[in-house]
Amino acid sequence: MGSISLKNVKKSFGEVQIIPDISLDIKDGEFVVFVGPSGCGKSTLLRLIAGLEDTTAGTILLDGEDMTKAPPARRGLAMVFQSYALYPHMTVRDNIAFPLKMAKASKEEIDKKVEYAARTLNLSSYLDRRPRALSGGQRQRVAIGRAIVREPKAFLFDEPLSNLDAALRVNMRLEITELHQQLKTTMIYVTHDQVEAMTMADRIVVLNAGNVEQFGSPLDLYKKPANRFVAGFIGSPKMNFVDGPEAAKHNAHSIGVRPEHFKLSKTAEAGTWKGKVGVAEQLGSDTFLHVHVDGLGLMTIRTDGDQTFSHGDDVYLTPDQTRIYRFDAAGKAI
Amino acid sequence: MARNVSVQTRIGFTIAAWAIALLLFSPILWVLLTAFKTEAEAIASSPTFFPQTFTLENFGAVQDRSDYFKHAFNSIVVSVGSTLLGLIIGIPAAWAMAFAPTKRTKDVLMWMLSTKMMPAVGVLIPIYLIFRDLRLLDTLQGLTIIMTLINLPIIIWMLYTYFKEIPVDILEAARMDGAELWNEIVHVLVPMAVPGIASTLLLNVILAWNEAFWTITLTSGRAGTLTAFISSFSSPQGLFLAKLSAASLLAIAPILLMGWFSQKQLVRGLTFGAVK
Repeated sequence: MGSISLKNVKKSFGEVQIIPDISLDIKDGEFVVFVGPSGCGKSTLLRLIAGLEDTTAGTILLDGEDMTKAPPARRGLAMVFQSYALYPHMTVRDNIAFPLKMAKASKEEIDKKVEYAARTLNLSSYLDRRPRALSGGQRQRVAIGRAIVREPKAFLFDEPLSNLDAALRVNMRLEITELHQQLKTTMIYVTHDQVEAMTMADRIVVLNAGNVEQFGSPLDLYKKPANRFVAGFIGSPKMNFVDGPEAAKHNAHSIGVRPEHFKLSKTAEAGTWKGKVGVAEQLGSDTFLHVHVDGLGLMTIRTDGDQTFSHGDDVYLTPDQTRIYRFDAAGKAI
Repeated sequence: MARNVSVQTRIGFTIAAWAIALLLFSPILWVLLTAFKTEAEAIASSPTFFPQTFTLENFGAVQDRSDYFKHAFNSIVVSVGSTLLGLIIGIPAAWAMAFAPTKRTKDVLMWMLSTKMMPAVGVLIPIYLIFRDLRLLDTLQGLTIIMTLINLPIIIWMLYTYFKEIPVDILEAARMDGAELWNEIVHVLVPMAVPGIASTLLLNVILAWNEAFWTITLTSGRAGTLTAFISSFSSPQGLFLAKLSAASLLAIAPILLMGWFSQKQLVRGLTFGAVK
């Protein structure tokens, strides 16, 4: 079991309020991602759940039991840190065995679980090495191994892949997702990378300035963003926003169109916006065009990779009328 | 990139380094040579460099007069005991200051350091009276306690500096792995801080070994350490220079050897954190 409930949790550091008031319910076995820009309080929220920070107010329930005041050691959670946080003076074997030693497990049990974790994570041939003799990816695997052997109620990941290079990050992302499917244990994963959030999560919590902007499945967030912040944060490249008279035509304070929801042509059509291509980023499969639209500003358009445009070309953009997002003055979706 | 240093500059620096080293070592060398001279030769108006008549009688004389081995034993008990006691108090204190600081932590550290700036004689009378009333005068326990107290600020400061270099994530990982405070300190913090703790230990053993003011003031016959042993040989009259040298040599020899064998550790410890 591993359900986690936060009830009106608040956190301040002195005068500075980091988390004004958050309530969340995370179901047993769910993979939940906390995502948001730097300084939005996502890591603090994770540390509050872990018990590494004290709450200023509110209640944290693990499997229905009040753990607000319990020290981290008693919460039965495991955490994987951004810096890996391996014990440098211990071998990989001792690193993985450490939580079991703390739990006073028998030697046979420790050996069995360490071997199992090492096999699962392809670490068997590195068990007698020290962390400094491992690559970044291997270190992260050891950190995950150390978390697995505890058989925790839930895993907490604090930006675990941000120190890895791009290719390794994609691999580890898959490995963690597979691990979740295999273990079916609750996982909370903090990241600022919305691609990680979209690809890994069952549900995503979008945080901004310590508040939950939206909590839902990745596709919910993409298709039905609750507000302008979520609409802008989820999706890559980010949504284009238009204010003023053009938005008023749709009875909104502002409207948003995703880069992939435009029809692009080189000849004028009814209802189109005219612009000039600024930069064309060609990725092979796709091309991202940054178009300066007359009277509306810079817009990003996703088009297929075979299209060839160059700087200064005139283009006409037609937003897909069924996929225009409308927002009121407060930024809420209409 | 390696810096280009000319041969002349290198020779110049080497000569300067040797000159300074010899200058610092010269009193010890003089003590070493004098200890093997006769009293008459030691005070001769035209001093000799090497002993003309090599003699060991000074060593026999000092052992006969004031039992070297008893004083050496006292020195070991007080310096090792006070250092261990200091570490037992200092490690948790430095942990708290490095990993759970409050608004006042910096003030506490500065206050502790400021106690080292006060001349010891300033608190002589109260300490003496307290020791007299608690019957701690001329006892090894009393001397160990006072040595712990006077060196504690240095122990805590040094450990605090080393602990600050340890990433807090690792201690938090231990907490998440189910380690209570005691296990966190014993299994994670201390093994990671071994170089720092070792150099703190070495430096404090040396400081306690060489301490003279409190030792001479608070002890007489029973609990006197080697510093008291040396001072008993300094006398305004009579032939004592060779015996004083022999006593000094006997007193400094153990710590000199310890310093020699652990110099790598000491230098590493003292420059720890200076270069990342």
